[in-house]
Amino acid sequence: MSQQGKQGVRSEPDERGRFGEFGGRYVSETLVAALDELKAAVETIVETSAFQDELDELLHSYAGRPTPLTYASRMTEDGRRADPARGAKLYLKREDLAHTGAHKINNVLGQALLAKAMGKTRVIAETGAGQHGCAAATACALLGLECVVYMGEEDVRRQELNVFRMELLGAEVIPVTSGSRTLKDAINEAMRDWVTNVRDTYYCIGSVMGPHPYPVLVRNFQRVIGLETREQIQRIEGRLPDAVVACVGGGSNAMGIFHPFVEDDGVRLVGVEPGGEGVHSGRHGATLTEGVPGIFHGKRTLVLSDDDGQIFPAHSISAGLDYPGVGPEHAYLQKIGRAQYVVANDDEALAAFQYLSRTEGIIPALESAHAIVHARKLAAEMGRDEIVVVCLSGRGDKDVAEVRQILAAEAAKH
Amino acid sequence: MARIEERFRGLRERGERALIVFLSAGDPDIATTEALVLAMSDSGADVIEIGVPFSDPTADGPTIQRSSERGLAAGASLRRVLEVVGRLRDRVDVPLVLMGYANPFFAMTDFAAAAAKVGVDGVIVPDLPPEEGAGFFGQLQDAGIDPILLAAPTTTSDRMQLLAERTRGFLYYVSLTGVTSARSGLPEGLRDGVRLAKKAAGDLPVVVGFGISTPDHAREVGSYADGVVVGSAIVDRIESAASPEAAVDAVAAYVSEMKAVLR
Repeated sequence: MSQQGKQGVRSEPDERGRFGEFGGRYVSETLVAALDELKAAVETIVETSAFQDELDELLHSYAGRPTPLTYASRMTEDGRRADPARGAKLYLKREDLAHTGAHKINNVLGQALLAKAMGKTRVIAETGAGQHGCAAATACALLGLECVVYMGEEDVRRQELNVFRMELLGAEVIPVTSGSRTLKDAINEAMRDWVTNVRDTYYCIGSVMGPHPYPVLVRNFQRVIGLETREQIQRIEGRLPDAVVACVGGGSNAMGIFHPFVEDDGVRLVGVEPGGEGVHSGRHGATLTEGVPGIFHGKRTLVLSDDDGQIFPAHSISAGLDYPGVGPEHAYLQKIGRAQYVVANDDEALAAFQYLSRTEGIIPALESAHAIVHARKLAAEMGRDEIVVVCLSGRGDKDVAEVRQILAAEAAKH
Repeated sequence: MARIEERFRGLRERGERALIVFLSAGDPDIATTEALVLAMSDSGADVIEIGVPFSDPTADGPTIQRSSERGLAAGASLRRVLEVVGRLRDRVDVPLVLMGYANPFFAMTDFAAAAAKVGVDGVIVPDLPPEEGAGFFGQLQDAGIDPILLAAPTTTSDRMQLLAERTRGFLYYVSLTGVTSARSGLPEGLRDGVRLAKKAAGDLPVVVGFGISTPDHAREVGSYADGVVVGSAIVDRIESAASPEAAVDAVAAYVSEMKAVLR
């Protein structure tokens, strides 16, 4: 962390965990001591070279890092077809090749190591589609920790294979029946468990959200994506990219790849939010684009909320982006103009999912397909000598069954 | 004098302990909420907390989660809750306190002034620690409303001092690490925790909530704290009643029974 963290000094929280007006620590009094304990552990444990060495070793020998940076030659050529004078080179940062199939493993290995070093015997996690849950269950199996995963009942039904995966990995999956029975309610229930079992339980949050110090802790575990990208693109192209594009739900893969480039003014940072059925349909998850400042799940950030301050459920074809809040650092980067956030709709993501499969032989996660949608639009407007890196945050195996159903339903309509 | 302070002064003079009661606004509907507040006041409640329903009540157990959902379904937004307080204010003398999560309060930019106007006496926000709440709590105090802080079994003694300095009206000691819910027994070490809180609070009353549901609990906790808070036990009675009228009768009887052991 401190060893790695010299680059991004322009986006660091203050002592209270504030990125500008966003972030902070909005929790029950019971959890204040636990967050103080976590903050102290970040300093005394995470920021030691022994911890970093152990984590690096696990990332290398267990998770398969570094992940490759792949030049997407056919997609690049395709982008030049309309106007041969234009079309930036597209690179894919291959988080889909990390163990468990997504960037989530970077964070859970870090947090599970930390939990163990803190003497916690029980790890809890929330999950939407099951990606973070599977990753957490994996890390806990590796380190011999008890793992309990909260998952909305609706998601349990939609993602029964992932439930089985988590159980195979030795985790207990608890269906959440309150509220909208999706990710936000799973987080509510994990927070209730944490407040109840705070003395022996570690809450392994899956994204750059929650109360301070979680957003910065998770980001720092995900920075490895951007640090590798930086080194790889310099080796291949001899320079930094002109733009970095990543999808944003809670925003951990995006923060991870963005952060090492925050200081480099020449590198555009673009986050792609789920537009669902369109931002004007009311069924979307475009928090940065459409949200208002609010307090939700322990932090001040942008949220999807009505005039009375009630949070309303997000919607996306991709369960991993289906969250009505967003990491506070993204809200900050947007506010100061350092990063831009755009929207890709369900139908566009679905098309990109199929497109990348056919064009590059890579089936992307539906989440990552959102980034592909915008990267192609962006590259088409840029010069041939410019470079765009897309964070391919995960692989699409988990989405194959659902996409098959959607496509079959569409075919039946026509 | 502020209504909460006045109430505790009277209790102290009579050697009584406070019975603080909670219900969710709009559960099962707005009219019944008003009837319940009147009945609880008549039955001896010393402070009434009116819950402001929220979509994501992370500090609450299933009972209050369900009541919050019913309240939302009945349209109990924060503005509607203030209208309720406005209508009740002339009819009851009991201090009326709003309890709810930060986001609805922060979404209403003129909250402090509007709440003062209708006669809200205090506000409790479980997800707003004093560091984050300094600005909001300052606005409340300027408007003559008591910001009431919570303390927990995990609160260190230094921090207890800070909470005792910042809270107004009373200090709300959360009896256990966990969420709101009626429970069969009292947590171990409660008396010691309350002692720590009382030491920090000095003359300020310390009341105990979370998990208190029976007269036996109330009698025991009343022997070392200045009052008890009951929430889930009341909401349970509202939920299981056959009709709104039956809910009012059942809650009134329960409040009388609980208050009796605190006199």
